[in-house]
Amino acid sequence: MKIVVCVKQVPDTKGGVKFKPDGTLDRGAMLAIMNPDDKAGLEAALKIKKENPGTEVTVVTMGLPKADDVLREALAMGADKAVLVTDRVLGGADTWATSQTLAGAIRNLEYDLVITGRQAIDGDTAQVGPQISERLDLPLVSYAEEIKIEGDSVVVKRQFEDRYHMLKVKMPCLITALAELGEDMYMTPGGIFDAYQTEVTVWGRKDLKDVTDDNLGLNGSPTKIAKASDRVAKGAGEKVVPDSPKEAVDYIVGKLAEKHVI
Amino acid sequence: MSLKVEECKDVFIFAQQVDNKINNIAYELLGKAKDLAADLGQQVTAVLIGSDVKGLADSLAQYGADRVIVVDDPELKEYRTEPYAHALSSVIEQYKPEIMLIGATAIGRDLGPRVAARIHTGLTADCTQLDIGDFPLNPAPGQEQKKNQLLMTRPAFGGNTIATIACPDFRPQMATVRPGVMQKREADKSAKANVEECKIDFTPNNKYAEILEVVKSVSNVADIADAKILVSGGRGVGSPENFKILEELAEAIGGTVSCSRAVVDSGWKPKEMQVGQTGKTVRPHVYFAIGISGAIQHVAGMEESDIIIAINKDESAPIFDVADYGVVGDLNQIVPELTKQIKEAMAAKA
Repeated sequence: MKIVVCVKQVPDTKGGVKFKPDGTLDRGAMLAIMNPDDKAGLEAALKIKKENPGTEVTVVTMGLPKADDVLREALAMGADKAVLVTDRVLGGADTWATSQTLAGAIRNLEYDLVITGRQAIDGDTAQVGPQISERLDLPLVSYAEEIKIEGDSVVVKRQFEDRYHMLKVKMPCLITALAELGEDMYMTPGGIFDAYQTEVTVWGRKDLKDVTDDNLGLNGSPTKIAKASDRVAKGAGEKVVPDSPKEAVDYIVGKLAEKHVI
Repeated sequence: MSLKVEECKDVFIFAQQVDNKINNIAYELLGKAKDLAADLGQQVTAVLIGSDVKGLADSLAQYGADRVIVVDDPELKEYRTEPYAHALSSVIEQYKPEIMLIGATAIGRDLGPRVAARIHTGLTADCTQLDIGDFPLNPAPGQEQKKNQLLMTRPAFGGNTIATIACPDFRPQMATVRPGVMQKREADKSAKANVEECKIDFTPNNKYAEILEVVKSVSNVADIADAKILVSGGRGVGSPENFKILEELAEAIGGTVSCSRAVVDSGWKPKEMQVGQTGKTVRPHVYFAIGISGAIQHVAGMEESDIIIAINKDESAPIFDVADYGVVGDLNQIVPELTKQIKEAMAAKA
């Protein structure tokens, strides 16, 4: 079978977010990584490949030319092919235009299953995967925690806040992956070597299939940014360093009484 | 094919129900929709989708819906992406709302993007603030400024940045809204719904998933989003057993226990108890942060609390940057003593 996995290069927020002296985010100082949910989706695809010999996994990313890094990482982990979609006219895209772009790229590929991460840690929207499924007219299962191939269908454990559903959908379909779907897969020395021997396919605007210009990039994005700012943290209140637990408790009880909580 | 801007009016909300119970988010959305509709001089409509759900319409009227559109069909018994997306987009195409609000739940975040893509409009995810205003805020010379636009504010980057988004050229203006952020109104118990039934044809196709099994998580955990007082513990509590001292404090003060992501990741507490960007957003009257360092993901989910009291032995813990009252000290000594004194204070009052 053929699996397409969409990945995104994002700034790493795990090692702490870096700020410039003026209090704004220092994006340049943060490492660029493969988005965690996307990595989980890739790991799930590679697991399917292991269990179903002959499976081919293609990773697709949309981004700046330097997003080539995450594709090399994906190849080193075991992906077979990689596609970088990059073009100036695609910049500034919201989820509408991003999903148009990725769908336009995926239409050139063969697939039984498309996997995306649930959401990226920079935008946190969780919208691109579902919107790609709509463009490609595929069944969608989001928030997947487990997937299993059964003949021409996929059985998915779909997570909700207070329950899960076991769903069966016919392929081709699109699944968005929760972090739980992944199982650690590491780059291997052979894989890393292969990753740099493998050619990454680079596509621009002209390579996208069945997409019109008015649906791409900043101009093709229905949502527009009115303003953006780095968040100003709520100011700190009082902080005390009491000499004894009793003093600490008296302080807290005093405040609770003052605020009529007790 | 998209809706014409000038044809659209009224503020619509998706009234999420599961097992024929209205989710709290629907009432929260109605509270906000009422304010937005007042600013626009328009009405509020709730869209209720499910099987045998008509009886739930009055409760939506009680929390502010001027009208309830009901789509009732056996295919809609359990949430499934395709029939629900078909139902909601059909309602939107037929009734042409100006604004469509959906809860940013595991259902809403699946349904919203699929519907927005189908009806050709923008969608802003996980909003924490909604206002009516002008776009652009400061137009360039010669640029048209559109009045009465929905301005949707949302955090991104794990809560480190905040952006305000508009959707000036397409309708409806769609947003998913974080649960626990908007305030519901006092219920008007006498209100009766003005119900309009919308008949839609559901013909199953390849996009209709088959539900093999529905497994509800067995848990007696009170919903932390509803609590007036939360006693929240982090990794600093040290062990799952030691949460007992937090439970005792919660019981003494009439609160509920919640926790940080580290606690859930360690398997000490279930995910339903987690506060933060990847957990629940809470805004209790009092939030005790006990042994919680205060990572930005956590703070994003609790900083709207009225009173934040932090207890942590690490003087440099970032939680002290948002706490109203911070106490540097050992929680193992402070919490039991605090419970004892609160019990005494409560007893004296009673």
